[in-house]
Amino acid sequence: MEAFTQAVSILDATLRLATPLILAALAGLFAERSGVVDIGLEGKMLAAAFAAATTAAVTGSPWIGLGAGIIVSVLLALLHGFACITHRGDHVVSGVAINTVVAGLAPTLGNAWFRQGGQTPTLEAEARFTGIDLPFAEALADVPVLGPIYSDLISGHNILVYVAIAAVPLVAFVLYRTRFGLRMRAVGENPAAVDTAGISVTWLRYRALIVGGALCGIAGAYLSTAHNASFVRDMTAGKGYLALAALIFAKWRPVPVLLTCLLFGFLDATEARLRGVELPLIGAIPGEFIQALPYILTVVLLAGFVGRAIPPRAIGTPYVKER
Amino acid sequence: MAGRATLPRWVDIGLIPLINLSLALFVSGIVVLIIGGNPIRAVGLLITGAFGDGQMVPHGEAIGFTLYYTTNYVFTGLAVAVAFHCGLFNIGGEGQAYIGGLGVGLVCLYLDFLPFVLIVPAAIIGAAVFGGAWAFIPAYLQAKRGSHIVITTIMFNFIAAALMVYLMVNLLIRPGQQSPESRAFAEHAVLPAFHEILGAIGIEVARSPVNLSLVWAIVACVFVWLFIWRTRWGYAVRTVGQNTRAAVYGGISPANTIIMAMLIGGAMAGFLGLNAVMGEHHRLLLNFQLGYGFGGIAVALMGRNHPLGVFLAALLFGILTQGGGELAFEMPQITREMVVVIQGLVILFAGALENMFRPRIAAYFLARSERTQAAT
Repeated sequence: MEAFTQAVSILDATLRLATPLILAALAGLFAERSGVVDIGLEGKMLAAAFAAATTAAVTGSPWIGLGAGIIVSVLLALLHGFACITHRGDHVVSGVAINTVVAGLAPTLGNAWFRQGGQTPTLEAEARFTGIDLPFAEALADVPVLGPIYSDLISGHNILVYVAIAAVPLVAFVLYRTRFGLRMRAVGENPAAVDTAGISVTWLRYRALIVGGALCGIAGAYLSTAHNASFVRDMTAGKGYLALAALIFAKWRPVPVLLTCLLFGFLDATEARLRGVELPLIGAIPGEFIQALPYILTVVLLAGFVGRAIPPRAIGTPYVKER
Repeated sequence: MAGRATLPRWVDIGLIPLINLSLALFVSGIVVLIIGGNPIRAVGLLITGAFGDGQMVPHGEAIGFTLYYTTNYVFTGLAVAVAFHCGLFNIGGEGQAYIGGLGVGLVCLYLDFLPFVLIVPAAIIGAAVFGGAWAFIPAYLQAKRGSHIVITTIMFNFIAAALMVYLMVNLLIRPGQQSPESRAFAEHAVLPAFHEILGAIGIEVARSPVNLSLVWAIVACVFVWLFIWRTRWGYAVRTVGQNTRAAVYGGISPANTIIMAMLIGGAMAGFLGLNAVMGEHHRLLLNFQLGYGFGGIAVALMGRNHPLGVFLAALLFGILTQGGGELAFEMPQITREMVVVIQGLVILFAGALENMFRPRIAAYFLARSERTQAAT
């Protein structure tokens, strides 16, 4: 029973840690399937986290905070589009620029506005997204096995966790079952063909970036107004890059994105618990190794020794009409 | 690019970088205004911060710090620039510098039976080998397996960070100490600071961390210039960077060239360890490289991948880093991160948006040269 309770609590933590990764990786999926490299996930998420925490602290409403986070993230996505699509700049350079500007700007503004060393004030309960109990969670808690799974694992998360999970089938539907999704996939593989069909490559890519920006905004707002109660400097701590790794690991497909993010979240959740624990045959695994594991796995996959990650064909190349 | 050839040289290497820098500084000025500061006063404080005021802060101390930061930026800037010449984006300077510093640290900790004249070259080799090795795996995967080097070098930055925490906390920490730092290096296993060298010959200069690594940074700049423009290997690097197919046609192996360029880039980043670990901290510790790997991208873009440009851009960022620190001290609403904002804006304007003004400037100069031709 002890082991079962612990398993439920680890999976519960997995879900919470995977949420920002799922949202950010889906954001990257939109950009990259349309042919735009999105190194800037980290910066957009950090900017959204800051904007959401700041706005929620001032207005007292997490929803207005979420809106602010989404707006800021979409604006940065548009800047990325302006550089990469309109001016045919280097996608990676533009992403690095966004990450660097935000990494400097968020603590600078935070320090100037709140004088707490770059942090934002701690949010009251009503200014954040708190856990919501699903119906009957209380009543079913005592049912053996299924009770804890329902009331501890499935129920009791904040709304954004459910949004992230729901976003996966939604993105899969948009990508594979709608006209927009088909065109977006086509523009990432062969923009000239899409152009020949009379569809604007530029507008299509901009739209993909806007959707990605919005998802990234939710991921950022989750970090600062749901998972935590304030913005702290560098709070994304590489999650944007981890989401990018997850996206590659999932070979740019929505359902594998979910599974990969859950795996990465699981590694994160177990890292603290496995620290110093002697495992049979292997011995104690250093916590740092578990932290580095997602990155190592991604490199191994990219190396093509275990399955091959093939990116969208036109990714990173600006489209020039009438070459 | 047709527009590139018609531009006069001074416009290409002087005017355009200047316009990009001015835009970045202008936007930074707006940020300072937004947070309630006076941009003009900020610039003044920044400059006195970087060069000293001669009273509270001696000139020697401020300039020494400025040059210390400059040295770091030169190494990571060269790391990015060499890879750029080969058409590669080395975003892994951060990790390569970290592991390069580890190489320096190991030499200084475990080979300190060597005299000073031998330990310095040993540390240089340690930095180059470790930094180069950390760049080798992404380079090999790019060259032989086609794995995108941007992603792999990012991953290697995180792997380096985890590895260093593991090594420092478990193996290299000085016993009986809380913070993860190694023991201090032996007296002869450190690079002397300039104030010590000058003091020895009777010239009094205020204390600062600028050390012999600055000389090595200048040597590295000359080496990169010679390598890129005066050797057949540099020719191969540039050819692969500009046209891989032409390189193959000319009998150059792109795979080997990519690996060579990244090895040199990694070694350059690794040299940061000489300055930070052997020159300043005199012990191995965590995060001595923090931010310089990414700063190197801005330096390389600003310096247009030329060693002289890299040195000047590094000097500029050295001034901004040292001046920005003092500025944050004087104006409470500004933090040190303001420098990071400026770096990001430089990357944005000089890198991502480089095509925004160039065609217009090119068109202007083209029209002007046509006018002068018509007149004669």
